[in-house]
Amino acid sequence: MSSNTNTISNPAINPKPAAFNQVRFLRNCFTGYVVLFFIYLAAPLIAAGAFAFNDSMFPALPWQGFTLDWFFSDTEPKLGMFHDRRLLSGLSISFWVAIIVAVMSIIVGTCNAFLFERMDFPFKSFCYIMMVIPLVIPGVILGISILVFASDIANGMEDNWGIDIESLRPGLLLVILGQFSFITTITTLVIAARLKKFDIQLEEAALNLGASRARILRTVTLPFLKPALIGAGVVGFLISFENFNTTLMLVGSDAPLTITMYDRMAKVGSTPVLNAVSFFLMIGSGLLALLSVVVQRDKN
Amino acid sequence: MNHAQKRLAFLLLFAPFFLWILLLIVLPHIGVFILSVKEKVGMGVYEYGLGNYIEFFNEPVYWNTLLRTAVMSIFVTIVTLIIGFPIAYYIAKIARQRAKAGLFLLCLIPLWVSDLVRSFGWIVLLRETGIVSSFLQYIGLVDGPVEFLYNDATVVVGLVYTVMLFMIVPLVTTLDGMDDSLIEAGFNLGGSRLTVLRRIIIPYAMPGIISGCIVVFMLTAGSYLTPILLGGKNSQWFTEQIYEQFITRFNWESGAAFGVLLLIFTSITVWIGLRLSGQTLSSTVAKT
Repeated sequence: MSSNTNTISNPAINPKPAAFNQVRFLRNCFTGYVVLFFIYLAAPLIAAGAFAFNDSMFPALPWQGFTLDWFFSDTEPKLGMFHDRRLLSGLSISFWVAIIVAVMSIIVGTCNAFLFERMDFPFKSFCYIMMVIPLVIPGVILGISILVFASDIANGMEDNWGIDIESLRPGLLLVILGQFSFITTITTLVIAARLKKFDIQLEEAALNLGASRARILRTVTLPFLKPALIGAGVVGFLISFENFNTTLMLVGSDAPLTITMYDRMAKVGSTPVLNAVSFFLMIGSGLLALLSVVVQRDKN
Repeated sequence: MNHAQKRLAFLLLFAPFFLWILLLIVLPHIGVFILSVKEKVGMGVYEYGLGNYIEFFNEPVYWNTLLRTAVMSIFVTIVTLIIGFPIAYYIAKIARQRAKAGLFLLCLIPLWVSDLVRSFGWIVLLRETGIVSSFLQYIGLVDGPVEFLYNDATVVVGLVYTVMLFMIVPLVTTLDGMDDSLIEAGFNLGGSRLTVLRRIIIPYAMPGIISGCIVVFMLTAGSYLTPILLGGKNSQWFTEQIYEQFITRFNWESGAAFGVLLLIFTSITVWIGLRLSGQTLSSTVAKT
């Protein structure tokens, strides 16, 4: 970003001295704007992370010195996140929910990708729109609609047959279904984009060499899709992990991390242990995102 | 593949899609709609009618909140577009190859942390005892602590931050596909910077702009955490009303009506946006 003169590649701009100075001035303004923008992007994250290391009861200035207590301390009042049972249980619930949602949405997303890239059928464009729609429904609405639908079924079962299905009441099953309902659209789009680039002649060649359909899928097509499958999985995992709106409406007694943190914030007020969790999450998701980039780049 | 095999393959691929959309999207939304036209007339006795909707329009607090959410969401969308477009242009057209990938990744980073962490960061920065307030006192610009939280401007700053990436990503994708020679041709034909921007770059980027605006608008109108945490208890955001009806007051019928209204309202806004710009949903949102 430092050597701006090199970035002028546009031959249409005449290098007349006065005009050139003006162009350079505009370029510098533009670069300055971009730098300011990235400061804006980074500021709240740095702020949220930094106070995890402040030796104070509040995530606020003044700076009281460096400490790791908010991660590792095992005594009140400075109970660190790794000794806070409720935060840890939220973390593990979020983790398992995210794994299940990611796997489910990869499987259905892969089917969808093949359906829309390889098949022709009546009402295809209508179905395609239906596939995209979950992405643009507000999360709270997805949450309440699934809540209402599940309760309708549960109530119907109870009234007509006297069967009480506990898992249709707010709880982890509904959280998983709610997140799955829109994350599948995202994984479908990621996988379909990769499938579009696949050269169908590779499959035909394999077919001519006598391979069966199942074998072609296993040895040719799926390996080609692998980076997209991993990428979609990481995206699905992270979106599930950070989801709040849909989860809020469907959560039961086992609360995922975002809900636990929100409760803590609303009831106790913010303490630096929440900064510690934030820092932990940032590092974790940063590493995952990096992993997916590396995987996708290698195979391209 | 023979005909029967093809049919089987189709059915096997269609079944998951169909079950997903039917059981998790279509039926639940029909369920919410039916619930929204139910009125409680006595203990466990219900009647169909528009009572919940009439109640909504009779109570100014409710429709004021929806209106407010709408206006703020449109405003946030416009601000996001204005701030994000130059950044996307810089990444797609001006930055050199290596810087490009790096900057693009930097843009994605806030996407990976939750709304909660982001809002939390803004709270640490902007509250009375926060960093900005302390800094202003330190350099002597203000005498006492300043509270930046709990007003509309802060809510806009936080919302723009939360949704910025969903604007930049589609913009970079479309601008990336644009041939630089189109811009050069515009300059060669004597166009000024403004003319080239208005007549060449913006029309070319239109699918990206619309796609970004739709997603950003929907996310903003449907957001819950940012307005509450940064706007305080009186943020008056419509999703908060829905939550209150459902969870706090356990009045599902009127909560369902609110949900339907939010959905109708956002859909109409998106439809108008698509109409005005001559785009379609599948040509914009699904592309990115």
